[in-house]
Parts: sequence; structure tokens; C-alpha cells
Amino acid sequence: MSEPKKTSLYDAHVKCGGRIIDFAGWALPVQYEGITAEHQAVRNNAGMFDVSHMGEVEVKGTQATDFLQNLVTNDVSKMNENQIIYAMMCYPNGGIVDDLLIYKHTNNFYLLVINASNVEKDFQWMKDNIGSYDVELKNISEDVSEIAIQGPKAEEILQELTDTDLSEIAFFYFKTDVKIAGRNCLVSRTGYTGEDGFEIYMRHEDAEHVWDKMLEAGKDKGVKPAGLGCRDTLRFEANLPLYGNELSQEITPLEAGFGMFVKLEKPNFIGKEALVKQKTEGLKRKIVGFEMEGPGIPRHGYDVLSDGKVIGFVTTGYSSPTLKKNIGLAMVDIEYSELGTPIEIQIRKNAVKARVVNRRFYTKKYKK
Amino acid sequence: MEIKSGLLYSKDHEWVRVEGEKAYVGITDYAQHALGEIVYVELPSVGDELNAGDVFSVIESVKAASDSYLPVAGKVLEVNEALSDSPQLVNEDPYGSWIVLVEITDKAGLDDLMNEQEYKEFCDKEA
Repeated sequence: MSEPKKTSLYDAHVKCGGRIIDFAGWALPVQYEGITAEHQAVRNNAGMFDVSHMGEVEVKGTQATDFLQNLVTNDVSKMNENQIIYAMMCYPNGGIVDDLLIYKHTNNFYLLVINASNVEKDFQWMKDNIGSYDVELKNISEDVSEIAIQGPKAEEILQELTDTDLSEIAFFYFKTDVKIAGRNCLVSRTGYTGEDGFEIYMRHEDAEHVWDKMLEAGKDKGVKPAGLGCRDTLRFEANLPLYGNELSQEITPLEAGFGMFVKLEKPNFIGKEALVKQKTEGLKRKIVGFEMEGPGIPRHGYDVLSDGKVIGFVTTGYSSPTLKKNIGLAMVDIEYSELGTPIEIQIRKNAVKARVVNRRFYTKKYKK
Repeated sequence: MEIKSGLLYSKDHEWVRVEGEKAYVGITDYAQHALGEIVYVELPSVGDELNAGDVFSVIESVKAASDSYLPVAGKVLEVNEALSDSPQLVNEDPYGSWIVLVEITDKAGLDDLMNEQEYKEFCDKEA
């Protein structure tokens, strides 16, 4: 293994007491003071995340819209300028290459934000599918720093550092050339926690300055630096999927329960045929929420059983910091997917009782 | 980080307090700090007969599940039921929060354990 890469905020994390781990080849903090405290800070006040590991790809050219319309599952043609949509790239068999955010500057210029662990794979996939489209792709992942501020007080804190009226940035919209603490940033009202908040893109040389100023501005409002540990518990409670858990090459968006981001009525896109077929024939399995009724915490990869027979696997599970319950998401055979169905989770030597529940564990607090 | 005198320590960061033929076993301050907030402690059953090195408890933090290994062979006489409802006691008071009380079935394993000073040096090297 090569040394993990450091983001431009590495020193800031060490200064804040971050416990650094290797995540997708990046040296990032899993936590500072503790996962639960940081999780609660985001739910009640605000938390700041270094998400500079995320990948960014620019798509430019006269056929940028058409290229993306073929590449992803959601409908790019209906986007406004400065709007963002969530989408997935699929293989022809319907399995997922990655999930991503698409930022539309103009008809001829988009920014794609992709998962750190998939940057090489995704960029290759995009290049492989350029065909005859008049587009230019540029992987700018190494050039961008990104900070997310999330939580009910995120807007109030960030507003102190800018003359731009942040209330004018609607949910899933962005603005360029926003000066945050005097530095030029792209700011979007997006996030991965189920709370209101912003994701802020900037040059590396500005990141530490912006980070420090945000921490300072939020000090009296309970802002905390927040690590990857609570990023995962937060997104899980809000039913936001993680590639490698709920989404993968082996799982289609329909099985994952994200059909609303798949526009099967679009003329054509990679994977459409397989997904139409799957929808027509009916799903054989899907991801459900469940709650433990016996002792133990479900974890990613554990078997799901019914009468001793394996009927699925846990995609994510936790002792939920907000709900104080042991809950999880699992891919199960369709006949076990109804709400209320009793199932069992194989936790080490024991098959422990659980029940299928609504997977929207936490109601998202977006400002729409 | 606290290390107590009068206890024996394993390389997996368990502590052992020997009382005659019996021993209380828990995890050290170093271990609880490394794990982070503990949200669940899986206890063995009374009567279980375990070898040295067997998993006697699984301790779960928010992030992950970690095995704890019994440093000395023994038969489980008691488990600390208080940890079922209050697993965070292991964070708050790791040396007061024993996990199991065993009847030692083979004292040989005790020879491999470290004293306070040796364990301190061991932790310094790990950090």
C-alpha cells in the first residue's frame, strides 16, 4: 500500500485532535472528540466535514447534455442552470458504476461529483462512453478542496462569512464566485447527512483559511469538526445510500430502492433496457429497513435469515445515535420485504430476531 | 492513560486481576480509548469453558465490533450483567468494569502476561 494522500486540511485535522485513518487512499479523520458527539452536533447545531477526497470531473462541449443524458439514469435535459441533480451511472446490465451529483453550469458545461474510491473507474467509464459526442472530460479531482457544513445552524454560520445572501441558494442549487471569508468558492445547498447545509468547493490554498474562519464563526453556535465516522451514521439514518454498501456493481438502482432517480421514460441511457426489463418482470429482491428485537448490533455483510435459511445480507447497520436503537438496511428476497416481516440477523454465533420496518429512520430536515 | 498496579496485562489489552483460583478480566484504558464510545458488550454464558486466547466477549463501538480474548484458560463463573444495560461503563471506568469472573483452569497462561511496568512499555511502543 502506498502512503495515503493528505488533503489540504490535514494539519487542521491534527490540530483539532482528529484520529486519522486511511479512507480510499486518503488520510482523513474518522473522528475528533467522538462519533456520537459529532453526530449530535450535526443534528442539533452544525458540523464541518473535510470532503476533499471526493472526485470532480468537468464535462464541456456542445453535446455535454446529450452525453450525460446517455451516461446517467436521471433526466439531465430538464435541469436549470445552477441546478444540481442526483443520479447514477449504470452498466448495461443495470448494476451501478457509481452514484453522483451533477452540477449544471450551462448546456455546454457540467461538473460531476463522484466517490473518492471510484474516481479512476468512473473516469475511465466516462471516457469509454464518449462515442461520437462532442465533449471534453477533465478529471480535476486533485485540484479541488471541499468542505461541507451541515446542520440546522449551517446557514447562519456560513452567512457570517459572506456578502452573498445564502437564502437565495435553494435546495439542490449552487452559486459560483461566492466569497467565503474573502476566498472564491462554489457553494451548493447539498449534503450527505439529512440536514440542511452546504458543500463548498475551493482551491487548495484557500481551504485551511476557510476552515478556520468557519470554525471560528460557529464557535458560539456549537459547530464541531466532524469525521467520517459520523458522516456514515448520519447518512445511514437519513436513508442516503453509500456505494459499496447499498449500491454496487451487483445491485441495480431499483433493487436499492432509488427508482425515483431512474427515468425509464428517457429515450435511451446505459442500462435502460435491463432496468425496464427488471421493472416489468418485478423485483426479486430489494433493500429494506429493519430493527433489531434481540440483542446485538447489525453490521455490513452479516447474513439475514428466515427459518435458518439465508435470505439476504445487511448493507449497513448501526446502533443509531439519534434513535438509540439497533437498526439496519438489508438486501432481502422480495417475499420477506413487507413491513412487519420477522427476520433474523446472524450476529456471530446467534441468529437474532429483527423485523422489517420503514427505512426512513430519520426524517430529513432539508430547507426546500 | 491509566495503568493500574496489581493487575496483569495481555498484548491484546485485557487486564486480569487474580484472586486465588479465580480471576476478573476486563479491557484496559488503552483499549477503551482506542475503541471509542462503547455501545454494546456481548457477554459469554456462565459455565462456558474457554482456553487462553479464546474470544470471551465482543465489544462494539459505534463504528465496529472487536473481539476480546481471554488471557488465561478458565471457566466462566460470573458475567458483569451491568454492562448489558450500561456498556459505556467500560469507557468510564475500564478497571472497575470487569467483564467476566473465571475459575482459572490452567495457571500456565498467567506467565505470559505483563506487569504494570512491562505493559506501560508495550503501550508506548504501540503508540
